[in-house]
Amino acid sequence: MAIVSALSTKHLLGIKYIQTQDIETIFKTADNFKEVLNRPVKKVPSLRDVTIANLFFENSTRTKMSFELAEKRLSADVINFSASSSSVKKGESLLDTVNNILSMKVDMIIMRHPAPGTPFYLSQHINASIINAGDGTHEHPTQALLDAYSIREKHGDVKGKKIVIVGDIKHSRVALSNIFCLTKLGAEVAVCGPPTLIPKHIESLGATVFYDLRKALEWCDVANVLRIQLERQDIKYIPSLREYSMYYGINTELLNSLSKRITIMHPGPINRGVELSSDVADSDQSIILDQVENGVAVRMAVLYLLAGQVVT
Amino acid sequence: MTKGRVILKDIQFKLTIERLCHQLIEEYQDFSNTCIIGIQERGVPLANRIVSALHGIDKSLAFPYGKIDITFYRDDFRRRESPLMASNTEMDFNVEGSRVILIDDVLYSGRTIQAALIAISHYGRPSQVELLNLVDRRFNRHLPIQPNYTGITIDAIDEAYVKVEWDEVDGKDRIILYPNKQS
Repeated sequence: MAIVSALSTKHLLGIKYIQTQDIETIFKTADNFKEVLNRPVKKVPSLRDVTIANLFFENSTRTKMSFELAEKRLSADVINFSASSSSVKKGESLLDTVNNILSMKVDMIIMRHPAPGTPFYLSQHINASIINAGDGTHEHPTQALLDAYSIREKHGDVKGKKIVIVGDIKHSRVALSNIFCLTKLGAEVAVCGPPTLIPKHIESLGATVFYDLRKALEWCDVANVLRIQLERQDIKYIPSLREYSMYYGINTELLNSLSKRITIMHPGPINRGVELSSDVADSDQSIILDQVENGVAVRMAVLYLLAGQVVT
Repeated sequence: MTKGRVILKDIQFKLTIERLCHQLIEEYQDFSNTCIIGIQERGVPLANRIVSALHGIDKSLAFPYGKIDITFYRDDFRRRESPLMASNTEMDFNVEGSRVILIDDVLYSGRTIQAALIAISHYGRPSQVELLNLVDRRFNRHLPIQPNYTGITIDAIDEAYVKVEWDEVDGKDRIILYPNKQS
């Protein structure tokens, strides 16, 4: 008989709140979904009686498309909501908006919100399973899962690998989720960026800090490069993008001068010429497009495993 | 722990597999435009055995052989406490227009076969699908599904559990009938 694969949680609010075993179950299930995505018919009927609402209170291209595709590949019914065209603009509270949507018999909620902790708040008040698709500067668990999955795919295992997260660590939910996920899986994690963009006490999460990009790249096997989040910066943390790019931008010359070949990742959207030069982003050391492809399989796995717990 | 009753073993077990192979050769002759698909997990040891026995009888037989997992097609998703872990699917061919021999160890409710038929249809439209089972529990069906080739028919009550054991997996080739699944 097949092995039962239950997650320890009903929601995916953040990597901090799930077990290492959960991550491994998600990866194993994602392997199966990756095979499904390479079939002539890339669809399975598993979630045919599940309705999922995608609530995006903040802009998104990749994550929203990836979730929607994952939901449709699993045959779920999907409704989309974006704050810019909704009654939120008319003054409706978050809980009212969500309860109204739940009255329409929705089983799961995928939620992106600019305020950290919003999915957690909702999980205290409603019955549906909630997947956090990014809450402010807090967590973006599915991005961390697909990043770790991509490292596992490229390097065979995450355990023991050295991964540096480069860029705006302070405002990045991707960085925080990645640190939680990679340390749980046994990787060595470092962060690298200008001192103003490295949060104080980040070492307490198990991450080493580099301020010198070259030293960080010499140390690592994989560099996960982040975007400077100008939209979250109310004060100036860096003198200019040009100066940032000079000190923390990765180009071919820098990569070629390293003593080993490292893997380059980026969660997107890329600011070409700022954190990564175009030739690095498109080089064979970059697995940026593999990350996007893996995102659908990993999200299918998360949806499948969480939806499977809901009893109709 | 209640002991099960051995229904088939040793030479009879081997002869049953060989008989099934001869029946297939009678019907499919050179196996042109034919493929064999084993259902994960317990159908695959049987399919492996059938494929190697077919080659033992006639080395020149050539056909695509795949393994399909039906976990994502099951009709009891969300009706059990937790979802089941899937196994690997290995299908590097399409079934469009071909004759498919679908193989599973025990035919019980028929729900696995229903799921497998949907899964196979995602690899193209086969011209025909036939079903081969080592064990047919003919009085326990939930769906109108019947095998085309049967190793042995076992008449047992619903609660009974039939397990096919394989030398390579369990250490012995045999079919055991237990009074219930827990035993």
